[in-house]
Amino acid sequence: MATKKKGDPTVDAAQATATSGNGKSNPELDRELLRSMLLQRRFEERCAEAYALGKIGGFCHLYIGQEAVSTGTLSILRPDDYVITTYRDHGQALARGMSPRNVMAELFGRVDGVVRGKGGSMHLFDRNVNFLGGHGIVGAHVPIGTGVGFAIKYRGGDQVCICFMGESVVNTGAFHEALNMAGLWKLPVVYVIENNRYGMGTALERASAVHDIYERGASYNMPRAQCDGQDVFAVRAATQEAVDRARRDQLPTLLEVRTYRFMGHSMSDAVSGTYRTKAELDENMKRDPIMLLRMHMQEHGELTDEEIQRIDADLKAVVQDAWDFADKSPEPPIEALYEDVYVDTTSDSTAEPLAAD
Amino acid sequence: MAEITYLEAIREALFEEMERDANVFCLGEDIAAYGGAFKVTEGLSKRFGEQRVIDTPISEVGIVGAAAGAAHMGMRPVVEMQFIDFVANAYDMLTNYVATARYRADLPCPMVVRGPSGGYVRGGPFHSQNPEAGFIHTPGLKVAYPATAEDAKGLLKSAIRDDDCVLFFEHKYLYRRIKGTMPAGDHVVPLGKARVAREGRDLSIITYAATLWKALEAADELERADGLSAEVVDLRTLSPLDDDAIQATTKKTNRVLIVHEDTRTGGIAGEITARINETCFAWLDAPVLRVTAHDVPLPYAPQLEDFVLPQTNDIVTAARVLAAY
Repeated sequence: MATKKKGDPTVDAAQATATSGNGKSNPELDRELLRSMLLQRRFEERCAEAYALGKIGGFCHLYIGQEAVSTGTLSILRPDDYVITTYRDHGQALARGMSPRNVMAELFGRVDGVVRGKGGSMHLFDRNVNFLGGHGIVGAHVPIGTGVGFAIKYRGGDQVCICFMGESVVNTGAFHEALNMAGLWKLPVVYVIENNRYGMGTALERASAVHDIYERGASYNMPRAQCDGQDVFAVRAATQEAVDRARRDQLPTLLEVRTYRFMGHSMSDAVSGTYRTKAELDENMKRDPIMLLRMHMQEHGELTDEEIQRIDADLKAVVQDAWDFADKSPEPPIEALYEDVYVDTTSDSTAEPLAAD
Repeated sequence: MAEITYLEAIREALFEEMERDANVFCLGEDIAAYGGAFKVTEGLSKRFGEQRVIDTPISEVGIVGAAAGAAHMGMRPVVEMQFIDFVANAYDMLTNYVATARYRADLPCPMVVRGPSGGYVRGGPFHSQNPEAGFIHTPGLKVAYPATAEDAKGLLKSAIRDDDCVLFFEHKYLYRRIKGTMPAGDHVVPLGKARVAREGRDLSIITYAATLWKALEAADELERADGLSAEVVDLRTLSPLDDDAIQATTKKTNRVLIVHEDTRTGGIAGEITARINETCFAWLDAPVLRVTAHDVPLPYAPQLEDFVLPQTNDIVTAARVLAAY
């Protein structure tokens, strides 16, 4: 865990030691958080099934184990804020409020998909919730997030952009260029590193000379923090500080959220046994973020077993409905092939630029 | 109205477009305080301030990426590459990200990436290139490469107003050597429209950018020495290509020579040749020929550079072969 450097005002104290909650009980909020996280879990369990059945093709990267990060961070945002992310994007898309039906249809490659079947798993996008997409190239979206922050500031808005990335992104040139510019120009962007410890199969320690990677923010004179990514309350607290700083002071933050993925890198990757041991996985699964939240809620008398079962059944039905919807959605017509390559070949469905005000 | 240079025409376009639309802003390395490596943006920051004319770190990926992010938000960034050779750093951003944004995410990306291109200036291998082919090859991008001062201004204004990303190649040899008189008012030249720079009957020379002027010289020489009437077509925009203009001149003269300063293999001459084959084969009286740079990196030494790049004599020689076929 991080050590706070004396006399360094840009390192904030948000790095929590990951005890749940703040002592105050907020059953309604907690239930929302639980629903959000459990929806992602149930949705992705069915994604794995659909992949095995060949309904989802290509490359599919599951988020299971990291749900406290998407839910914890995005539950702090306003509807008019912006989100941009990497290829492991299902969880964030759902946590931001994208329709499970249209997300599943996209994964199935159908015309009712969020981008009409042209993007697939790694490229979810929805302008209605200012979700600027998953991106299939590691690090390439980070300068885009910087540009979104630039546009917000240029127009004098008070929105914030959260730019997610995995920990391996910090080794790309794009990361360095983008964060330097954000630090230099003081842009309202929160760069959230989801440190799940492996870039595909390469451990952080084998790829980065610095292991507490939030410290990289020092190079850009950027406020920075580290928090426990399995504890949704710790994520919320750290995000709240960063978002306040962006909204109020138009300053960026580099927030490292330490988490762990319970699945392989992609569907073709063994869950353990190659680059990480089963023992390591088992140890980390003891800190399942959904389980931790449930325990917290039960300890505080916010949730009964019956309620849990009811919520779970409800979410499973939502996911089944998404599956059925996707399954029935037609395949994209060949005529759509040349649509939206250029503005003059654009289909009616294409809308205007995203509004910043 | 007074004549202005190709470079001044570009500057005028930037001033007018920034004046017209507050969403237009410029960013690049040393474009504000310094005025740009070639002084294209001189005076811009004084007029519009540092918020709209932004000196950036040397971060081509970051600059192009940030411009794309701002463009998604409805702004119209104009990015300067200090030399267009450096756009190679941002190739990923442009071809993978920007080019596909509309297609995969409904995201418009109205931005311009402009910069000094081309040789004949003893710039050596990293300050003389014509890397347009890689971008022409990428669906989702548009490419303009003006030869005249009038087009430099009119095409840049179109590029800035276009709702897609336009790569705008400026020929640095022409910056201060070519002058033109700007038409009055809002002078806009549409993208995707070629121009017949010289009417002719016997053969067609299709070209763009600096080699337009060599083709025109060659046409004069062919007329004087051989009595041949060469038509010269300036493509102006390379993506989208003006197929109508290419077909019209082919059907008119039945003999086509394509000239470009880019290297031969994979250059746009091959693409144009294929299109003529597909659409105008029955009209051809001779194979389509091309004059291009040799397939080597561009050397510095004047004698070598002059040999590698197309010269007027090369065009005259090839045209004679074509006419005699």
